[in-house]
Amino acid sequence: MERYLTYAVILFAISLMSQVGIAGEWSGQVGLEFRYFPQDAIDPRQDYSTNLSPVFEPEYYHEWDNGRQLFAFVPFFRFDQHDANRTHFDVRELTYVKAADTWELRLGVRKVFWGVIEFNHLVDIINQTDLVENIDTEDKLGQPMINLALIRDWGTVDLFIMPYFRERTFPGRHGRLRTRPPVADDLARFESGAEEKHVDLAARYSHFFGDFDVGIAHFYGTSRDPRFIPALKVDKPVLTPFYDLINQTSLDIQVTRGNMLWKLEALHRSGQGKTWNAAAGGFEYTFTGILETAIDLGLLAEYHYDDRDQSASTIFNNDIGLGARLAFNDVQSTTALIGLLVDRDNGGKFFNIEASRRIGTSWLLELQGRFLFDQASTDPAFSIHRDDYIELFLTYNF
Amino acid sequence: MQKWLYLIPLLILLSPELLAETPEEKGLAIAVETEKRDNGWGDQTTDMAMILRNKQGEESHRTLRINTLEVDGDGDKSLTIFDDPKDVKGTAFLSYTHALVPDDQWLYLPALKRVKRISSANKSGPFVGSEFAYEDLTSQEVEKYTYTWLRDELLEGKNCFVIERFPVYENSGYTRQIVWIDQEIYRPLKVEFYDRKNALLKTLTIKDYKQYMDKFWRPDSMHMINHLTGKETSLIWKNYQFGNGLTDRDFDQNTLKRAR
Repeated sequence: MERYLTYAVILFAISLMSQVGIAGEWSGQVGLEFRYFPQDAIDPRQDYSTNLSPVFEPEYYHEWDNGRQLFAFVPFFRFDQHDANRTHFDVRELTYVKAADTWELRLGVRKVFWGVIEFNHLVDIINQTDLVENIDTEDKLGQPMINLALIRDWGTVDLFIMPYFRERTFPGRHGRLRTRPPVADDLARFESGAEEKHVDLAARYSHFFGDFDVGIAHFYGTSRDPRFIPALKVDKPVLTPFYDLINQTSLDIQVTRGNMLWKLEALHRSGQGKTWNAAAGGFEYTFTGILETAIDLGLLAEYHYDDRDQSASTIFNNDIGLGARLAFNDVQSTTALIGLLVDRDNGGKFFNIEASRRIGTSWLLELQGRFLFDQASTDPAFSIHRDDYIELFLTYNF
Repeated sequence: MQKWLYLIPLLILLSPELLAETPEEKGLAIAVETEKRDNGWGDQTTDMAMILRNKQGEESHRTLRINTLEVDGDGDKSLTIFDDPKDVKGTAFLSYTHALVPDDQWLYLPALKRVKRISSANKSGPFVGSEFAYEDLTSQEVEKYTYTWLRDELLEGKNCFVIERFPVYENSGYTRQIVWIDQEIYRPLKVEFYDRKNALLKTLTIKDYKQYMDKFWRPDSMHMINHLTGKETSLIWKNYQFGNGLTDRDFDQNTLKRAR
């Protein structure tokens, strides 16, 4: 069903583009991801140590009326060498926006980001996570929506009606970086009888007051993160996703003073088992031009808390994150980031490194490494403790 | 007593040396007049191409679009959208500049669709790897400096005031700057930048001024040379448009998020 829907969407987009004419422009990126897994996998079905995965994400964009109206179409394609579930297509954006003095109307498939924290985007709820892309949950699936923003001197109120729910993508049995046992996403179930057609609602107030940037939001609808229920599929153990109907209220604040950023995200959620709360707070301090060079060094520290404690579905239940960010401010825009997340209950450590650099004028080379140490078997991260990887991602940008 | 003798103390008081402006007063007056002649342009949009050159002569290019809004009694608001190189295309930068307190700045990251408020305390850092620092490109409010008039001088056939100015705002990378201001159009033609050790760090030449709306002068090009590293950056400005009807609304976070 979803496949026919996507074909219809593409045909609609192409016909709309031809109406709008050749005034729009194409851009985008095509890339190749190479991953190396130094350790043997836990499961024989994951028995490979390198993986190649090409990606293509073009963008069609047209604006008119002095930039007050715009149309954008962004399809996304990934092919994965070993994991059929990771090979996928998505419409990241298919959207029309009209901006007026006191309001903006934004329609179609879009992406919305909420939040200020770096190690985990706690309150960022609108879009479903495209988990097969990366376990850092930063990649999202496009979300169909009607979004009306009311813009006043005292702030902006965003209202969202989301008529279609996207299920989370999960690695298949041949994928690495997956749960153990694997998720059988074809066996997903919903609290709502309307299933993916349940209309979800959200509202957010945002504004800045001097040094303070504030957002307060509420969401009612199908939770983007599922609970997992063990089951059997063809006599093999699997996890089946169960999507609850939830109410979530959240807050995000950043205070910007000199070279220091203070950050906080907090949420209160009911409807997904016992009512629970989670929060993350920290700071980021930047030393500009260190040692008489043009290099900026940013230091960050965050504390992450979830009052579900040991039954939390995420790894961020009682954790400290420490990170350093280097911006070389050179012509090739070289940057590097290292981060260490430590679980205060079981001592588990998750170490991350990322770096990027432009090559020539159109190529971008990105390096990423993720490593787990001392993982307790009770931690959700235990299932990936033999999936440490180093990745090189080379893209051509046009 | 001859009545004309009473005139002598009066003549002494009126002598030019005692009535003259001090160099500081003259420098400030020139800065004030420079700003005054550039008041009232309202809003401006422009395209900018940046050419970065290192000591070996290797070049790289950037293109961006800048929308600016003149704000009464404060620094300008600006929205900068990057077009090239393609990997940063769609990155945008919103800035509310102020004279003496830190600017309010937000960065828009198109891959995540994330608006991030950033620290603006560092004005001396390089703007996108070029030889222009943030403080070199933001609107030059009079209150940001104290001034001394040094002399009048001919620069490339144009009569100029030569002013020395000292940054008052915190975290400047410079102890002082020397500015050549064209006496006819009251626009800067050349600026020398002296670093924290008071050594000549960079020289900026500003060329090809054209007049818009019969009043406002804007340069077609700027060229910055860093004497320490031998690197250069040229800025080529094109397509200046005024009177676009831009308001505060075109410089808010909602507009920042629409940037592409």
